[in-house]
Amino acid sequence: MFSPSHFTAVLLFGLFASTVFGITQRETPQRMFRYGLYCFSLFVGSAIVLSWVMYLIAR
Amino acid sequence: MASTPNKPVASPAQQGFVFLPLIAGWLIPGAGHFLLRKWGRGALLAISIVCMFAIGLAMQGKLYANAHDILEILGLLGDLGSGLLYLVGRAMGLGADSVQLTVADWGTRFIVVAGLLNIIAAVDAHNLRTGRKS
Repeated sequence: MFSPSHFTAVLLFGLFASTVFGITQRETPQRMFRYGLYCFSLFVGSAIVLSWVMYLIAR
Repeated sequence: MASTPNKPVASPAQQGFVFLPLIAGWLIPGAGHFLLRKWGRGALLAISIVCMFAIGLAMQGKLYANAHDILEILGLLGDLGSGLLYLVGRAMGLGADSVQLTVADWGTRFIVVAGLLNIIAAVDAHNLRTGRKS
């Protein structure tokens, strides 16, 4: 059984979802890459920010 | 002598049944783009969706089979988006019967989202076929 950490799962989820979003939502390869990178950074960034928020609320 | 106007010649990608890329892309991830000769895009979509589905199964995710309540119906619809991946997985008895671990819950979400992403990819192939997207 594959048992990744929560953060690894977020990275994998963000990678695959961003790849599909980038290819389907933009028309040129350069814009696809930039939009995919943007989506990935939002996935990972929001996970980190929400994690800190929950950590501070729980204290 | 008057010359007849030239008719625009349809490319091979613009011929045939208009919904073929949509249906092929739904059944097999990336196949809609392959039919339209978008090899790179199709390969990346296929790798992303198949890997997400496979990782979900490897995390002991559940393949929805029943539709007892609204959440199960939505999960089943998401799973069906994976096309043949879901049907073959069900036929082979893959996936957990019930979710008992946190990781298995994440795996179930991976499988559902893989199906939803596949629907987005199939619609993208249809848009390429109809010329709505280049």
